[in-house]
Parts: sequence; structure tokens; C-alpha cells
Amino acid sequence: MSALPATPTAALDGVLQRHGHYPTELLQILIEAQDLEGWLPAPTLTHIAQSLHIPRSRVEGVAGFYSFLYTQPVGRYRVLFSDNITDRMLGNAELMDALCRKLWIEPGKLSEDGLVSIATTSCTGLCDQGPGMLVNGRAIGQLTHRRINEIAEMIRQQRPLELWPAEYFQIGDNIRRKDSLLNLDMKPGAALAAVIELGREGWLQEVQKSNLRGRGGAGFATAVKWASARNASGEPKIIVCNADEGEPGTFKDRVLLNSYADLIFEGMTLAAWAVGASEGFLYLRGEYRYLLPQLEAVLARRREAGLLGRNILHEPCFDFDIRIHLGAGAYVCGEETALIESLEGKRGTPRIRPPFPVTKGYLGRPTVVNNVETLAKTCLIALGGGEAFAASGTAQSAGTKLLSISGDCAAPGIYEYPFGVPIARILEDCGASDTQAVQVGGAAGVCLAGYEFQRRIAYEDVPTAGAFMIFDGSRDLFDVARAFVHFFAHESCGFCTPCRVGTSLLQGFMDKLADGHGAKADLADIDWLDRLLKNASHCGLGSAAPNPVIDTLQKFRPAYERRLVSLDFEPAFDLDAALAEARQLTARDDPGAHLHTHEEEEK
Amino acid sequence: MTKQFLLDGQPVPFEDGQTILEAARKAGHYIPSLCWHQDFPPHGSCKLCIVKAAGRHVSACATPAKEGWEVESNTPEMNGERRGLLQMLFVEGNHFCPSCEKSGNCELQALGYEYEMLTPRFRHFFPERPVDASHPDMLLDFNRCIFCELCVRASRDVDGKSVFALTGRGIHKHLTVNAESGRLADTNFSKDDLAARICPVGVILPKGRGFAVPIGERTFDTETIRSKTLKEEES
Amino acid sequence: MSPAPAPARKLRVATTSLAGCFGCHMSFLDIDEHLFELVELVEFDRSPLTDIKDVGPCDIGLIEGGVCNAENVHVLREFRRHCKTLIALGACAVNGGLPAQRNHLPLSECLREVYQFRPGLENGQIPNDPELPLPLDRVRPIHEVVRVDYFLPGCPPSGPAIWKFLTDLIAGRTPRLAGGLLHYD
Ligand SMILES: Cc1cc2nc3c(=O)[nH]c(=O)nc-3n(C[C@H](O)[C@H](O)[C@H](O)COP(=O)(O)O)c2cc1C
Ligand code: SF4
Ligand code: SF4
Ligand code: SF4
Ligand code: FES
Ligand code: FES
Repeated sequence: MSALPATPTAALDGVLQRHGHYPTELLQILIEAQDLEGWLPAPTLTHIAQSLHIPRSRVEGVAGFYSFLYTQPVGRYRVLFSDNITDRMLGNAELMDALCRKLWIEPGKLSEDGLVSIATTSCTGLCDQGPGMLVNGRAIGQLTHRRINEIAEMIRQQRPLELWPAEYFQIGDNIRRKDSLLNLDMKPGAALAAVIELGREGWLQEVQKSNLRGRGGAGFATAVKWASARNASGEPKIIVCNADEGEPGTFKDRVLLNSYADLIFEGMTLAAWAVGASEGFLYLRGEYRYLLPQLEAVLARRREAGLLGRNILHEPCFDFDIRIHLGAGAYVCGEETALIESLEGKRGTPRIRPPFPVTKGYLGRPTVVNNVETLAKTCLIALGGGEAFAASGTAQSAGTKLLSISGDCAAPGIYEYPFGVPIARILEDCGASDTQAVQVGGAAGVCLAGYEFQRRIAYEDVPTAGAFMIFDGSRDLFDVARAFVHFFAHESCGFCTPCRVGTSLLQGFMDKLADGHGAKADLADIDWLDRLLKNASHCGLGSAAPNPVIDTLQKFRPAYERRLVSLDFEPAFDLDAALAEARQLTARDDPGAHLHTHEEEEK
Repeated sequence: MTKQFLLDGQPVPFEDGQTILEAARKAGHYIPSLCWHQDFPPHGSCKLCIVKAAGRHVSACATPAKEGWEVESNTPEMNGERRGLLQMLFVEGNHFCPSCEKSGNCELQALGYEYEMLTPRFRHFFPERPVDASHPDMLLDFNRCIFCELCVRASRDVDGKSVFALTGRGIHKHLTVNAESGRLADTNFSKDDLAARICPVGVILPKGRGFAVPIGERTFDTETIRSKTLKEEES
Repeated sequence: MSPAPAPARKLRVATTSLAGCFGCHMSFLDIDEHLFELVELVEFDRSPLTDIKDVGPCDIGLIEGGVCNAENVHVLREFRRHCKTLIALGACAVNGGLPAQRNHLPLSECLREVYQFRPGLENGQIPNDPELPLPLDRVRPIHEVVRVDYFLPGCPPSGPAIWKFLTDLIAGRTPRLAGGLLHYD
């Protein structure tokens, strides 16, 4: 067994100690252990395994799963450019290129002196103020060439992050339209007082009357979920707030977490009251780690005010507290069963359902997983009653919805609308013109073409978890679909065959077309892959992965067709390039040392 | 009265809690599987057992049967999807059957025959997966791993050793062993472990056994995986 | 196996070996007495049975072996252009086979190993004769280079498998290999 240098061991033991040596804390331990040296050397993993009395293979399995955990050295400055389509539209590639050139390194590689590494990462939720990046986990938005120059300089000078200009790290809310939720100015504890008055049963009935449905995507009736968990056997029951917000183009939870944290925590406590739960988790995506200190502060304040802890608001038998768990770069952990695995300190692999979390969730206990916005909305119901809540929106979609608007428009940001608002109205409000398409609901959502802009945001028409990305007439919808395909291939957890291999194959086909090797036959193969992914995948990630391709192939087919170089067949790789290495080794460049990449040229 | 569902139009009785796959096999109907094993809870990863139940695609190995369901399994559509999944498994690894010791005894290959997979169809990934020959008795040829996690589960839940685990994510997911060196020789793995016998493909192989049984006389040279599976079910 | 009904005219068949071991061709010859039946049904264009050097218009092309160098690419494309039906014959054509096991090594290592570091080859040079076809960085199955209509796996496919496949084709049936004829080894 290799020995660790003395200081890290002491610090590492401190981390392990703080987490009580619980294996369920493994992911949290790994995140903090990484802070010590910037990455996770093999002896560190061994030490953690020994201290937690778990197999090392399990520790390595977890460390290898999450994008933000590194088992290979990375730079002391670890720069990750956000790579959502909206970042791409704002020129992130050029900016990354510029930074790489200034610092003399290649993307994905570590500089020789170990100073810096630069790579891309999935959407960081800064689409309203992109292009965005994370430096050692800290979010920076509104990148420009000027900022890039300054950043290069500060990295070269090895200036500590704390001494970088504070305005770099300012992430604005950009709230553009408020409705009932964002206008709510609630004194912490007011909603709780109201529901304690109602009693657990009465409160659940109120939620039922409100017709509240989940804001995280699936639109499941919240009261039904809560009632199931309440009726399930097993103690203690768990409330989880899903703040993983990984869906590209979604950033509304970021704003709620930043400026409405009390509503979220109060909502979790309201859920605990209904369900009879005593433990709560907020699962915060790693990209939002910068919000952690302020969220912890809100929790501390609430504990002090008697809104968390034992006998909440002096109510006997109302005990509930909340811990914040960090994610570490894995979109799939937004899927509720993968999230629960991650909370248990494991790889974020979706579970087989049934059993559903409401009966067997975290550590086998009844668990409610709700989206940030869903939970915040329950405060409205507690204060104004279920009927009032149900009165806005549409019959099947009660209340309002927060939209995260980005892309080609004058005023990107957060818009709150009652359900039922037509796409066209939204486009008008945010100052979009010449709109070619809108991607609603993120990469997993739907791509709407101009003839669909009279459709409405609602579960029964165009459902959405909140993303709303706008593409004007200058955009190529093939590029959009391709960016999303890359996203899914990168984020596939790899558990099931169709998604693990299918997303990579699909990426291969999209790249083949993009690189000028497309053939008509590929479109048929793409169709076939789309269907298999949709049908056979284990979880929603795989089954949604082909959505952007299916939609754009239907609505923007010429964007694909114009990329075809053959109506029959083309190899996926460049034949002439495949000879390059041999040319170099033999120092040949005669005609026989080349191949025509496209067969037509040979005839 | 016992409950039943219809599998390709034929009634299949089942008991509460039984999965579609278990009930079907018990009644003498074949539904393929790769990651499923009767001694372990369902895994649900390979998706070879995919069926359409009441119009929805589900994994037969992980889905409890329901009264009155109409389940489609042995249809051109489902078998086509299975063939597609097999093709995916073949192209993501390096499967060169002619030089694989497991050939003829391999479940992946046998399913390829069963579902008449004539070509891997897609672009081969040709991943780089070095072999681990460090252990005195056993060889690990990662090139053929299909990530069924049977070795992981057997070693953890039966052998009590956790010799194997998966790490990495997505297409970069791979098998690892319980040693800082990454070498099987540095684990407490033994050739007598259940994990040493459970791999359905040619990853975990005993050394020095080689091509003991000649090609042409191996398990699936003489019997299809369908008939072998159903026979085992009866006994 | 039932003899195939004779087609209206003799079908023209060509065969070639790319990066293969000729094992599949040997197996083809292994169809023994059927070979006589076969010449009644088909005539051979380029193949080991004839002297024809360049493939002409054909009904059926059988390709053994994967694609390992520039020459293989030319021949394969010739075959594709001239054959209405193109068949990948054997493991190497179907998935690269044994030669593709070099794919995880960089080409330079392979060549240096062969030409420079082999005992008895001190000062060996990687040949740069323009007459020699250059190797591709990776060995590819033929379906990654041209469109392929049918696949006949096996290393090599057995004589009966080849016969079944060809008789199906000649009779106008979609060829089907099942029940013991389908093998990957
Ligand atoms: C791949 C995937 C990612 C998801 N990501 C999120 C997420 O980031 N936030 C979220 O609230 N729900 C996400 N969901 C949905 C959750 O599984 C779950 O349905 C939701 O958290 C339930 O909350 P709700 O009922 O309040 O909507 C995701 C689902 C899938 C399949
Ligand atoms: S669909 Fe994708 S993300 Fe979901 S379980 Fe399968 S591999 Fe993992
Ligand atoms: S594991 Fe099975 S399919 Fe893979 S090479 Fe070996 S015999 Fe063939
Ligand atoms: S080594 Fe074998 S048993 Fe283990 S996961 Fe891979 S295929 Fe399954
Ligand atoms: S056998 Fe059912 S998913 Fe593998
Ligand atoms: S030459 Fe026939 S399989 Fe290799």
C-alpha cells in the first residue's frame, strides 16, 4: 500500500471525520477530498476505502462516474467552458481556442507545469448570461475576448481565485416577468404556520385541490406522490428537493435557489408535514456549488428560527431537518432514482422501477423527490389555498410556470407565466424576431417550428421543465440537434445497452454528416437508432436522447439533406486521412500514396 | 384461480411478484436474457429480454407480470430490436470469435446465432482495453465485457470480496478490480470464486485451459441457447 | 440441400481476397461436388478459378478479408462498382477478423516491429517503394468502406454454409443462415 504525504492524510482524515465515516457520504467525501489536491490520486482512494471499510473498487467506481471528479491530474486552474448550444451560438469555441493559445495548451490536456487544463462541460445553467465557464468550480458568465485575456493573464500570474475581480463571479437573476410565485413576499414560517393549522390531512387535501403537478418534467400530481409516501411503511421518511437542473437551457432553479431559498426550504418542510417525513436532502448540482454557502446560511437561520429541527414551530412530533448534498457533473442524477443512488454515495445509475421511490427510495425508505419549483409553489397553496391556486393556468395545468429563456432574443432571463401562454406571446415578450425554431423543455424536449408557435405551454400541449431556447433564421437546426446528441452521449450513464452504445452511434452519424461524409443511407440508420433508443432505453435519458434528431429530421430535413455527399453510401471516415500515418512513416507522397475520399472522384 | 397473461397469444400463468421472464420460461416459452441470472435479483441492463407489454416496451426480466396483459416477444419487431442490441454489443467491444476461448460456449455469440445476426452492421469502436494476465490462474480479457455485472454481483454478494466493479461512465464505462495497482494478481480473487465461473462471455477465463474442447463440440455448437435455456428450466 | 432451380441465364460471379488468409476461398472450394453443380448455374469472372485480372460487370461479388491497405480499397470499390450483389465472405470481411486485432496499436509500432526491430533485421527500413500499397491506420470490415448487401460470417464459413447461401441467392431467395450453419468461429 503506498503511503500518503503527511499533510493530505491529516486533512483527508478531517474530511472523513466530518462525514462520520459514513459510506453514504462517499460522494461528498470525494468532492471534499479532491479540494485538497485538485484531483484524486490512487492512494487517496485507497485511504478513503480503508477508512470507510468499503471495497476500494466501489470508491473507484464512484470516482470514475462523475465528470467533476478526477482520477488523473488536472490543472491547478481547471477551466471548463460551458458547451450548451446557446454557448456555442455565442462563440464559446472561439473563446476557448483563444484561451488555449494564450496559455499554450491543447484542450483536454494538462499543461506541462501542471498549472492549467482547459476542457468543455455540459450546460452550466448560465444560458441567459453566456458564454459561461467554471474555473475550479466557480461560475463565470458573460465571457468576452477581453475577459478571456484577463483570465489568461491572471492564470499565468497564478493569482488565487479569491483575488479575481468580484464582478466576474456575479451571476444575475435576470428576472423579466413575475407572476404569483416570484411576486410572493413571504415571511419565513408563514406557510408552515398555516398548514400546521390545517393539520396533516387537511394540508394534503389542500394540495390535492390545487391540482399542483410536478415542475421537473414528468408532471406527476404532487398530492398523489405525497399521499403514496405517507401511506407507505418504513421510517424515517425522506423529502428530496431535486436541484440538479441539468437539462440544457434550464436555469430557473438557479434563480429560485439564489433569491427564493426560503420558499424552497419551506416547501420541503411543508412536504414533510404532509408525508410525516423527518429527513430532507437538497441535491445541488455541482455547477451551482457557489450557492452552497448562502444556502447553508439560510438553513442555519431557519434552524435558529425554529423552522427546522425538533418540534418545528413548537409542534410536537414535527421534526425535520435538511442537508445539502452536492452533485459532481452528471445530468443523469436529475433522474430521481439515479439521484437517490447518488445520495447514497453511489454511481448515479437509475434503478429498476417498480419499486418507486415513494415506497422504497433513499436507503429503502419512502422518499418524495420533487423539483425545486414544485416545492416552492406549495408555499402559494399553503398561503392562498388550493382552490385559488387551481384557478390560474388551464384546467389540466394549474398555476404558473417559470421559463428560462435563452438564445436569439433581446431579453433572455426568467419569465413566469400562467400555464396556457402561447409560444408566440412569449417570443414577443422577450424580443425575439425572425424566429425559426424554439426548443422547449431542453435537449430532451421538443423542437417547435414556426407553424407551431400558436401552441401553448401546458402539460396537455407543450410540456416543459422550463427551458426555452430560441433560434432565429441565421441558425442551422442540424447544428442544434448535433449539439444535443453530443450532450446525451456525454451524459449517458452507460448502464443499458441501447443508450450507452446508441447515443455514441448516433453521435457518430451526426458527426459523419457534419464532416462531409453523409449519405442517404445514414438517414435510415439514424431513424432506426432513434427508434431503438426510444423503445429500449432503461431511463428517460436514453428514451429522450433521439428527440432533437427526430424533431429536426421531421421539421428541418433539408438541413440534413444538404449535408449529404452521396445518395447511396459513404464511409464514415476519411480514407485518405487513414493513409496519413503510413505516408509519414514511409516519406511517400506519390499519387499511389493517396486515396480519393469520395469514390466518385476516382471514376 | 391462477392469474395469467398472454404471451404472443398464448396464456401464461403466473404468481404474484413473478416477472414476465420467469413466468414465461416456467411455462416453456423462451425469452432471451444476458444480464439476468436465476440466483440474483434482476439487473435490467442488457435489454435483450425486451418485450412489448400492453403496448409498452419493458424488460421482461425486471417487470412483474400483470393479469390480462398482452405481451409480444417472439415477433419480427422485437427480434429485430434484439438483433440491434446484439450488434451494439458487438461493435462497442472487440469480439473476434475465431481467437476467443469462449467461442462456442459464449452466450452473446449464441444469441447472435439465435437472432440470426449476420453482421455487426455499425461502425466498430475498436476500443483499447489491455488484457490483465497478472493472476496465476485467471485471465481478464476486457475486450469482450458486456457490463452485465454478474461478476460484480457474484463477487460482492456471494464471494464477499468485491473483486470487480464498474467505473467510468457512458461509453467509457469499464470493469476494474479491487486493487490500487489495477492488477487482478493484487486482489484476493481465486479461481474457485463464483465470480470466476459466471461471466457469460469471454472475459474471465481460466488460464491454461485453452481450447480444451474442440470447436464444433462446444455447448452452442450442438444446441441452441433457446433449447438449452428451456431444458435447464425444466430440470 | 435441394438443388437450386436454374436461373434464366447463367449468373456471373467474381471473388477476391483482400486482407484475408484465403481460408474462405479454400472453404468455398470445399463445397466439393457442388462445385460442378455451381458451374452449371454460374460463370466466373475474376476469381482464383480464372485468369481474369480486372473484375467486369457481375451479378455477384464475394469478398474475403478486411480492408487493410490502399490496394484493398481500390479492389473493393472496383467490385462494388461491377457487382450488383456484394457479399462479405467470412469473419475478416464481416468484422475485420484477426488482422483487425492490430487496431489498438499505432501503425508506426506495427511497422517498426515488423521491419525495424525484428532480430536479423538490423538497420531494417520501412519499405517506401511506390509499388507497394500503403497500409491504412486501421483494418476495417468491408461494410465500413462500401455498401455491402449480404454477410456470410464464419472463420471460415463452412462449405455447406456457403453452398446454402449461394443456392439461395441464385434461386432468388433472400439468403438465410440458420440452424447450425451460422457460426462466427
Ligand atoms: C435524465 C433525467 C434528468 C432529469 N433531471 C431533472 C432535474 O434536473 N430536475 C428535476 O427536478 N427533475 C429532473 N428529472 C425528473 C425527475 O426524475 C423527477 O421526475 C422530478 O424530480 C420529480 O419532481 P416533480 O414531480 O416535482 O416534477 C429528470 C429526469 C430524467 C429522466
Ligand atoms: S437510458 Fe442511458 S442514462 Fe438511462 S440507464 Fe440507460 S444508459 Fe443510463
Ligand atoms: S466473447 Fe463471445 S462474442 Fe465475444 S469474441 Fe468471445 S465468443 Fe465471440
Ligand atoms: S466481465 Fe463478464 S461477468 Fe463481468 S461484467 Fe463483464 S461480461 Fe459481465
Ligand atoms: S436480461 Fe433483462 S435486461 Fe438483461
Ligand atoms: S480469410 Fe476467411 S475469415 Fe479470415
